[in-house]
Amino acid sequence: MTDAARPGTPDRGYSLPPSYLNAGTTLKSWLLTTDHKRIGLLYLASITVFFMIGGIAAAVMRTELMTPAGDLVSADTYNRLFTLHGVIMVWFFLIPAVPTTLGNFVLPLAIGARDVAFPRLNLFSWYLNIAGGSLALSALLLGGVDTGWTFYTPYSTLYSNSYVTLAAAGVFVAGFSSIATGLNFIVTVHTQRTEGMGWMRLPLFVWSIYATSIILVLATPALAIVLAMIVGERVFDLGLFDPRRGGDPILFQHIFWFYSHPAVYIMILPGMGVVTEVLTCFSRRKVFGYEAMVFAILGIAIFGFFVWGHHMFVSGQSTFASLIFSLLSFVIAVPSAIKVFNWSATLYGGHITFEASMLYALGFVGLFTMGGLTGLFLASIPIDVHVTDTYFIVAHFHYIMVGGMVSAFFAGLHFWWPKITGRMYSEGFARAAALLMFVGFNVTFFPQFILGFMGMPRRYWSYPPEFQILNLMSSFGAMILTLAYALPMIYFALSLWRGRMAGDNPWRATGLEWATASPPPRENFVQRPVVDRAPYDYHPAHGEPTEREDDPDREKRDDRPEDPA
Amino acid sequence: MSNLHEPFQTLARQRNAAEFGIWIFLASELVFFGGLFTCYSVYRLLYPQGFLAAGAETNLIIGTANTAILLTSSATMAVAVWAGRAGLRRHVLWGLCLTAMLGVGFMVLKAVEYAEDIRKGLVPGAGFAMSERGAEIFFSFYWIMTAIHAVHLTIGVGAVSLAAWRLWRGALDWRGTAFLHVVGLYWHLIDLIWIFLFPLLYLLGRGG
Ligand code: HEM
Ligand SMILES: [Cu+2]
Repeated sequence: MTDAARPGTPDRGYSLPPSYLNAGTTLKSWLLTTDHKRIGLLYLASITVFFMIGGIAAAVMRTELMTPAGDLVSADTYNRLFTLHGVIMVWFFLIPAVPTTLGNFVLPLAIGARDVAFPRLNLFSWYLNIAGGSLALSALLLGGVDTGWTFYTPYSTLYSNSYVTLAAAGVFVAGFSSIATGLNFIVTVHTQRTEGMGWMRLPLFVWSIYATSIILVLATPALAIVLAMIVGERVFDLGLFDPRRGGDPILFQHIFWFYSHPAVYIMILPGMGVVTEVLTCFSRRKVFGYEAMVFAILGIAIFGFFVWGHHMFVSGQSTFASLIFSLLSFVIAVPSAIKVFNWSATLYGGHITFEASMLYALGFVGLFTMGGLTGLFLASIPIDVHVTDTYFIVAHFHYIMVGGMVSAFFAGLHFWWPKITGRMYSEGFARAAALLMFVGFNVTFFPQFILGFMGMPRRYWSYPPEFQILNLMSSFGAMILTLAYALPMIYFALSLWRGRMAGDNPWRATGLEWATASPPPRENFVQRPVVDRAPYDYHPAHGEPTEREDDPDREKRDDRPEDPA
Repeated sequence: MSNLHEPFQTLARQRNAAEFGIWIFLASELVFFGGLFTCYSVYRLLYPQGFLAAGAETNLIIGTANTAILLTSSATMAVAVWAGRAGLRRHVLWGLCLTAMLGVGFMVLKAVEYAEDIRKGLVPGAGFAMSERGAEIFFSFYWIMTAIHAVHLTIGVGAVSLAAWRLWRGALDWRGTAFLHVVGLYWHLIDLIWIFLFPLLYLLGRGG
């Protein structure tokens, strides 16, 4: 679809109709809002800030790594930088990102609800998130933490003389925010679905947020307890992880990864949900194998609890345990593979168009597959032993977390932006940014697979000269990436006052959220929608009249509230 | 004052949601304590002797008294919830007040016990009084578990007292809502956890 063909009025000076955005415009009306849509935007703002802080730390690290010598920052500062980067990116960006922004905004709309089940709890969990973030940030800024985002004991409890207690407390508080959000979504999906919205009619985005919420509720407490033990150990000298006094440091790793492996699915499942919506919409095909997708989502959520030991192959756990965990890790690859196959099958024969959001989604599929396949390498014990704590690991998790999840986040943001703001952004800029992000990403992280295989360890601020070429490539890629991440902020901001009117349903998508106005009114739907068909009722490409560019009725159709399904 | 809140359209649905919500919360709490219990068990297996010796040092009398107090409070809480269902305002008030008072009683006893523990040098760290390997770890768990339990209990006492106060003032939605039920379930969770803590921390090492 070209820019010129987009529905909308040429007049850019109009103002939006009454909506949740102008229902109260004071700061107080935002900070005390219980509207899930506004809370989604509050999160969007806070999460963007966290992402920028984490990104700046990454930029400094990559600059340091341009030369073999540790000349820009000291080793100690470097440790604090990667900890800052990891803590912020994992705990305060990736884990909350999609559920709290897009989930909060879209989920109630997508099931035809008026709001989430507990609106005040929803607001409270934003404040908890901010409180946790402030605690952690203050720790990181007061002098920093040098343990890495995993807070491994006994280093974090006995030796590190940095602000571990404060940072752990911040993550602890943010954990409660996660639990509250997850609880809210689960109850919302159970009790707020509109008439006719049966379980097997839920959009897959809703299913993925639902499954993510289950993990949030059942895994986060394990993290909370282990963080509480760290704080107890540091403040009250408990000795639980001090081998000299009979404590067991490995126990920390077991509990930590019991949470943190499922947490990687907290980071990726919502992205999978977003991408499913985008791929079917822009290939105009029903999702291939809806039921299989649902079971894959639930399977990932459940099996995710049984593979934590693959993070501990070199920790000294028993060989038998390692073998079991290795086997289970291969098994859990199956549902992920099902999803990739089903996406491909959905695209196959579809009437595909390359809107920006689609480009991000396609990027996700490629990069996630790459990350997933290298994950299988890591699940095989011999290879894992060879590449443990090298840049191979860094490349692997960046492919999943950044290539996968961050791409999906952008896909979703571009997809729902017209619904959120009522306005269109510049499609041309957006496509350029998507491509740039893909290229920049690969230039940054692909060389790291090779570096890792060659033996460059992670978490070092200097390295032997023979690694320089690849490191330079990586740092150069990071510059491209920085630019690619900055671009959307610019054109999104521009769209807010210059963007054309989006109309209710610019993508002619079938989800319920598109059946209301853009931006939606405070109460979401003027009349509660009724669902009378399966989701993704796209008309298949074959034989679809190619009216998209030149259909005389298209503007009319696009602004008409479509049938709600 | 209306009992029905956004986004609900019927009171029944709202009640279901609240009850379902608290069950999810309880499941989440169980994982939290489950993590603690797992760690406890691991160390228990590593240091059976140390744990037995340390377990004999806790104050059995106060522990037992507190168990009785909490069990009673669970009963008074149940009375309040049932009375709420029957619409008996005065009984609800009484039930809540008794529950809160028993909760406070528990904490007073617990404070006495803590003071004694500190006097006896049962606090992990440099001055720890026992020498068996593992005894110190036992007491680390003793402190963490009872402290977390006390935090939960404090929140519970606060919630119950607030509910009683608001009910007395006539400012509480309790007819037809799940409010009392939710508070009740939370209180029973505190009780239930103590039922696990009591044998782990007090009965261990006293087999004779
Ligand atoms: C955008 C460009 C990014 C660059 C250039 C970058 C670069 C780096 C570098 C140089 C490290 C240190 C590797 C080591 O020495 O072990 C690192 C670690 C890490 N990064 Fe990134 N990163 C980026 C984005 C992200 C994002 C978006 C996330 C998550 C959302 C993320 C998550 C992590 C984590 C969890 C670590 C491990 C930290 C630790 O070792 O404690 N990164 N990254
Ligand atoms: Cu894992």
